[in-house]
Amino acid sequence: MRSPRKEQSPPRTRTLRIGAGASYAGDRVEPATELAARGKLDYLVYETLAERTIALAQLERRKNPQAGYNELLADRFYSVLPHCKNNGTRVVTNMGAANPTGAAKRSAQIIRDLQLGPMKVAAVLGDDVLQYCLDNADRLKLMETGKPLSSLEGQIVSANAYLGADVIVAALRKGADIVLTGRGGDCSLFLAPMIHEFGWKQDDWDILGKGQTGADMVECGANVSGGFFADPGYKDVPELWNLGYPLLEVERDGAIVVSKLPGTGGVINRAICAEQMIYEIHDPANYITPDVVVDFTQVELEEIGPDRVRISGGRGKPRPVELKVSVGVLEGWIGEAEIIYAGLGCLERARLAEKVVRERLKIGGVNLQELRIDYIGMNALHGEASLPPKEPPYEVCLRFAGRALEKRDAVRLGNEVETLVGKGPASSSIPRKHVREVLAIYSCLIPRAAIKPRIIVTEVA
Amino acid sequence: MKTFYLRELAHARAGDKGDTNNIGVIAYEAHYYPLILRSITPERVHEHFRGIVKGRITRYELPRVHAINLVMEGALGGGVTRSLSLDPHGKSYSALILTMPVEVTEDIAAELMLKGRQPIARKIEE
Repeated sequence: MRSPRKEQSPPRTRTLRIGAGASYAGDRVEPATELAARGKLDYLVYETLAERTIALAQLERRKNPQAGYNELLADRFYSVLPHCKNNGTRVVTNMGAANPTGAAKRSAQIIRDLQLGPMKVAAVLGDDVLQYCLDNADRLKLMETGKPLSSLEGQIVSANAYLGADVIVAALRKGADIVLTGRGGDCSLFLAPMIHEFGWKQDDWDILGKGQTGADMVECGANVSGGFFADPGYKDVPELWNLGYPLLEVERDGAIVVSKLPGTGGVINRAICAEQMIYEIHDPANYITPDVVVDFTQVELEEIGPDRVRISGGRGKPRPVELKVSVGVLEGWIGEAEIIYAGLGCLERARLAEKVVRERLKIGGVNLQELRIDYIGMNALHGEASLPPKEPPYEVCLRFAGRALEKRDAVRLGNEVETLVGKGPASSSIPRKHVREVLAIYSCLIPRAAIKPRIIVTEVA
Repeated sequence: MKTFYLRELAHARAGDKGDTNNIGVIAYEAHYYPLILRSITPERVHEHFRGIVKGRITRYELPRVHAINLVMEGALGGGVTRSLSLDPHGKSYSALILTMPVEVTEDIAAELMLKGRQPIARKIEE
């Protein structure tokens, strides 16, 4: 086991190894454990917050003040922390979600259970800016509509700012073995260890741009190591069921290689790195993160070995003046229902069923803001842009989805589909129905000065 | 001139931000890139994504990786979190872009057919 962490050591010169252990809340548990066991990692990062995850977590916490952090935190930490302790690997994660202090408490308990102390756990707070946004609702403009926050009709339930790497770096300087954050830039989780270890200046835009280019490659986890890529005969992926999650090998000058553990499934090549680099960006010359604006246009991808790609040419420009905020708003209900028809004439029976439901909704005065009807197997994903079928389908799944302000209207849509059995066209499946609340996400920008980040360190003996 | 699906020349991945979808389209070979630049224009993409994209389409070029990035506004049914679609993120749009027909030079057509790739049958082509 390593000696206690030196907090003000000189910048490292060795390669820094950072593993990507998760890319969404419910991601697999064991690939990260394998990375921690065999990857000689300096850091293991779990990114688990999609745009909406944090708002859902805020709703969880309202119901239960102890909850609101990642539900798999205990599963992950019980299996991974013994390896991290053994190998001197620090953990950086946004699994704190809406409750980083709750997540820190639970982590401390796990450390005690496993007798892994002494360890330091840091909770990073300050991303929750709900009060600030409510206080300034007339002034803050929504990026989606250009109108002020106060124009929203639904109830605002959360507002979380995308914090940058700086506050994570501060937590690492305090010697934290585990850093638990809420909302932040996904890439910042990976950039922070680079800044901390190499002593990169936080206004050296070019080096930050290089680091963030590497971070962007792995922030979606296995999406760069074989996930969401396979297309048989075109893009083949070995052992897709056994994907190795990716890791970054970073040098002090910003040279970066993305790789994975030998003996795992998946693939890392130029093609998948190119897909991942462009994924979820808009202008590739101006990819905005809280830490730096990244320019991907000169990036070169070079295969330097099996499942090893060198990433070079990333550049940076000054970071944005303001920070982005995700605002969660309750905006009514969505009702969904599906019914399947099969055999000769199934499409005609499905069309008649659609007519029956439309008429019933009118007769019943069901109040829907929007109704969508899909023929699954024919056009559910691409609508009228779908290629025409060569022959009539053998079966078709008819799907209804409607959004309503009142829950009862969403429920009644499902009920009208349900009563197609017995009262609609002949010979169908038994319908399935489902109602859920709409938690919409909007964005706005706030000044950095509105954020008051705080770090709470717990020492576990 | 023969016409092939874009799938024979390029691969793609799609992602979301709010009500905007973006698709990275990457040429399998550097010498396919000019064909992609010529045929996958915002206007043609708009026509191909009929009923889906309500807003503006901007195309960015990444020549070093032989790729374009198509940014399509108003493409996600009002936004991922409000959408009634089974694919609220538009992740499957990468498959839709690959159904675009692309006119291919004789050389590249021969190269593709040598790999066992077939041009689009006439009937669909018209």
